[in-house]
Amino acid sequence: MNGFRQRAAIDLRLLGDGQRSWVMAGIMAIMLFLTVLSGALGLGVARSAGGIDRQLAGQLTVQLVEPDAGVRDARAKALVAGIARVPGVTRVREADRAELAVLLKPWLGDAGLDPDLPMPVLIDVAASPDAAAQVTAAARRIARDARVDSSARWLSPVRGLLSTLGWVAIGLVLVIAAATAGVALLVARAGLDTHRDTIDVLHMLGSTDLQVARLLQRRIARDTLLGGAIGTLAALALVALFQAKLALTGSEILGGATLAPVDWTLLVLLPIGFALLATVATRMTVLHTLGLRL
Amino acid sequence: MGNIVHFENVGLRYGTGPETLSDVSFTLAAGGFYFLTGASGAGKTSLLKLLYLAQRPTRGAVRLFGEDAGSLPRARLPGFRRRIGVVFQDFRLLPQLSAYDNVALPLRVAGVRESEIEAPVLEMLAWVGLSARVTARPPTLSGGEQQRIAIARAVIARPEILVADEPTGNVDPDMADRLLHLFEALNRLGTTIVVATHDLHLISRIPRAQLMRVEKGRLVDPSGLLRHPPGAP
Repeated sequence: MNGFRQRAAIDLRLLGDGQRSWVMAGIMAIMLFLTVLSGALGLGVARSAGGIDRQLAGQLTVQLVEPDAGVRDARAKALVAGIARVPGVTRVREADRAELAVLLKPWLGDAGLDPDLPMPVLIDVAASPDAAAQVTAAARRIARDARVDSSARWLSPVRGLLSTLGWVAIGLVLVIAAATAGVALLVARAGLDTHRDTIDVLHMLGSTDLQVARLLQRRIARDTLLGGAIGTLAALALVALFQAKLALTGSEILGGATLAPVDWTLLVLLPIGFALLATVATRMTVLHTLGLRL
Repeated sequence: MGNIVHFENVGLRYGTGPETLSDVSFTLAAGGFYFLTGASGAGKTSLLKLLYLAQRPTRGAVRLFGEDAGSLPRARLPGFRRRIGVVFQDFRLLPQLSAYDNVALPLRVAGVRESEIEAPVLEMLAWVGLSARVTARPPTLSGGEQQRIAIARAVIARPEILVADEPTGNVDPDMADRLLHLFEALNRLGTTIVVATHDLHLISRIPRAQLMRVEKGRLVDPSGLLRHPPGAP
């Protein structure tokens, strides 16, 4: 182990230019800062969208418009009873008149409290996602003019926005990953030029291209990990702050964006993934470039 | 003794310039001791570059260790280069490494374990009189000290061929004698030695050594000065 450490230290000394190393680490810190933020956005949005899907998948509202109060109440009772018998339905509840009056107050004012004012019947149904079609069919059988609305349909623009945001975040992570590979490629090429004399001597002493590639790989992997760790820590602190602010909003959709432990783990692993990516890019660049020489 | 190097009608040209070496043919026997002489710019260093595989010939055939070095695939070059020790005219020490690490480099490149490196490196540094400068970096060493480090690095891995370009150019006569003894000792152990030098005193010190003379890119013997000229095929 001691010998390995000693050799690793010598390997790093072989390409000793600390200033360039800090530049690379700085670039990687910025890259990983942006990547972790994008990743956190993507994961948060996915959590939020998943929450919406879970909450609204079986949420239905049955609406019945009938001016005759007697007929309306009879059909409402029949609807509640009929829908409750559908397999997969977990809850059926008719919204009472007082609730409707509160809902309609912004438009009707106190007139909504007038018992003679005909109000539609609203029946709130919670069912498994598979049972939605059967609930609709049952409602139509009992009251042909009953209208069944899926809550998910109303929130589909929000769901669409979240989905778009998620794809944008994934795209950003991929673009930054590609940029990281590009930076590693440029740094490897610059390293080959800067250390050309050293590499020539190593070749003359019998070094293989793979040995030379390893020298640059180790350097770039170390810089990526170092810079990446700094960038990741800064980004995670910012994400934690956002999470705390989101929790304070009390919004179900925004609150759903709270990251789970597995999400935090994924974010923490990002610098390691990027270091591996940079290592592979460096190795391929060095082997290709040296292969063109004698 | 078998032949370890064989050149046949070898030509070398850098880019689109004129030929630096033309129609060079010679054979070196394994375990031989050879001096290469010639005026500056005659082509000695170019010939050595072909020998230590820093260049490939533009025409003709170069055979090393029984194989055609001109057509060796890149992946096999390191294995061949590890069998050749080189003392460069400009030393080519790595300034960021200590004297110890410079000398240890060929062993590390060859994958020798750290625990097996220290003793031979310290012994070699003692041999070239630099035991007190183990941790010194090349820029802090004199020209002569750097040259001795370069020689120690070239011989540490016990190469089959040692190629040295003006190896005593920067050292005093005593140290030159000492280095020559080192080369002779290696030669007695079976290493083929090729030394490019202008130093006639050095050449006279080893009467059994054979002499090659390069003139304007060709191996010549116009005045019959060559001693035991290496046999051309």
